[in-house]
Amino acid sequence: MSVIINAEHISYSYPADEAERPVEALRDVSFSVAEGEFVAILGHNGCGKSTLAKILCMILQPGEGTLSIDGKDMTADDITEEDINQGRRKVGMVFQNPDNQLVATIVEEDVAFGPENLGYPPEKIRRRVDWALETVGMTKYARHATHRLSGGQKQRVAIAGAIAMHRKCIIFDESTAMLDPHGRKEVMDTITRLNREEGITVIHITHYMNEATMADRVLVMQKGGIIMEGKPAEVFSRTEELWAAGLDVPQTTELLWHVRRAGYDVALDIFDPEKCAAEIARALKGTAHGRDNT
Amino acid sequence: MAEITLENVTYIYGKGAPYEMRALDDVSLTFRSGEVTGLIGHTGSGKSTLVQMLNGLLRPDSGKVLLDGKDIWEDPKKIQQIRFQVGLVMQYPEYQLFDETVEADISFGPKNMGLAPEKIKEAVARAAQFAGLAPELLKKSPFDLSGGQKRRAALAGIMAMEPAVLVLDEPAAGLDPGGRREILGRIREYQRESGANVIIVSHSMEDMALYCDRVLVMENGRLVMSGTPAQVFSQADALIAVGLDVPQITRVARALQDVGVDIGLDIYTVKFAAQRLLSGREAHEG
Repeated sequence: MSVIINAEHISYSYPADEAERPVEALRDVSFSVAEGEFVAILGHNGCGKSTLAKILCMILQPGEGTLSIDGKDMTADDITEEDINQGRRKVGMVFQNPDNQLVATIVEEDVAFGPENLGYPPEKIRRRVDWALETVGMTKYARHATHRLSGGQKQRVAIAGAIAMHRKCIIFDESTAMLDPHGRKEVMDTITRLNREEGITVIHITHYMNEATMADRVLVMQKGGIIMEGKPAEVFSRTEELWAAGLDVPQTTELLWHVRRAGYDVALDIFDPEKCAAEIARALKGTAHGRDNT
Repeated sequence: MAEITLENVTYIYGKGAPYEMRALDDVSLTFRSGEVTGLIGHTGSGKSTLVQMLNGLLRPDSGKVLLDGKDIWEDPKKIQQIRFQVGLVMQYPEYQLFDETVEADISFGPKNMGLAPEKIKEAVARAAQFAGLAPELLKKSPFDLSGGQKRRAALAGIMAMEPAVLVLDEPAAGLDPGGRREILGRIREYQRESGANVIIVSHSMEDMALYCDRVLVMENGRLVMSGTPAQVFSQADALIAVGLDVPQITRVARALQDVGVDIGLDIYTVKFAAQRLLSGREAHEG
């Protein structure tokens, strides 16, 4: 599989305010994301997640290091404005606050905003908008007013706007943080569908551990660097390290950790309530009956 | 003492318009001082409308809002006095921050309460510390802060008035797990020390279970359930029926019962589940 994003030794500091020193936000960050992958990024507030997201979609330029998008080095000396714009068209971003990112008053006009600005002919815009709304399940709201939508619906419109421009990769910067459980599920279902059915690469920044369990790979950030990386099962099995980093694990993992500490042999990397219950039942019965069944 | 009672409160948005919507429908309930009450309900259930009733941002179409037995709308000109006693921290801190510096923003409440300058300074320092805002942030513009810091600044602006009733709409949204625990823990502490009446609106059942004495559930503009977290969360099916989620650990408890390991259904924290599950069941080494 080809690599869509390759970051090598990226550092970034926010410029100094009057009389203050520059604030280091990222230090020597290297990682790559394969096309079609679903990567979750976890970490404290202020650990550099959002800064990294802004660098990946080229809102900010790295202070040091190299960033390649779809094989093109965006930090090369001879990079042109046109190359950067090409890169920006490949990587889009959906933000946290559903009220801050819709620009039009009607749903389909909002989704058309990007394709219009790319200068697509009207019939192509129509096709892109219809496809994007269909993909996020908002077709029947095409003519609705954006301000009357729920938070989850607004986020889905924002996603439609991002994919209408043929983007290969979308970065979600805590896009579920302000939503209720229902809205969160709507958005997560949309994200997983985009990833699985449309092959769009997803980078999802979140504080919800259960959302991270849906990813192919999890990166954990602390103090501007990546401290852990692996499949969700691998990362959440390192329960105590995550706690030490001020992060949580899914409640299933936390319960299994208690069960293991009490001397039972259980796995920690189970995120489904039913499977977790089955694992505990197996372990408890196992000690009573010499681990003969199930 | 600061007890808030709603008596048969009804509120209708866009009365007479085609979009007319009954956001609150004959709601009667009491928020008792000395308690942390959690208010849950899916988006559109009426909980945000209810919250705006408590400090007089909205006025009931019918019914009464009583603060310590007194109708807060008895003299509409004095509604500002109510807002010094009932502090509301909104869901989006951007809606509430406005001044040039964080310090000026936090000072706004105490200044309007007519406190002397040195008292204002004290109140600001105390509130900033409470909300975990580093002193160097006080000179910054609130709009240069990170999302988490803005949330803390908005909280400090309300805490500076030391409200007898503290209403928080999603106080921990967008904070990392450590930040959530810190902020909610401090709010709990404030309630214990001051005996304040604290009301938290949240989608996080886990947080509700950990920090609230009592949980109220709203649906379609009505109060449909109330009780201790254990009482409310043990009715998982009823909660799911009104579009709410139960904590993941509560689902595990249900699943355990299905496979013959009964630890009860009134489980809403992992620690409690672990205790029930493991007491008397320590495995023997080897």
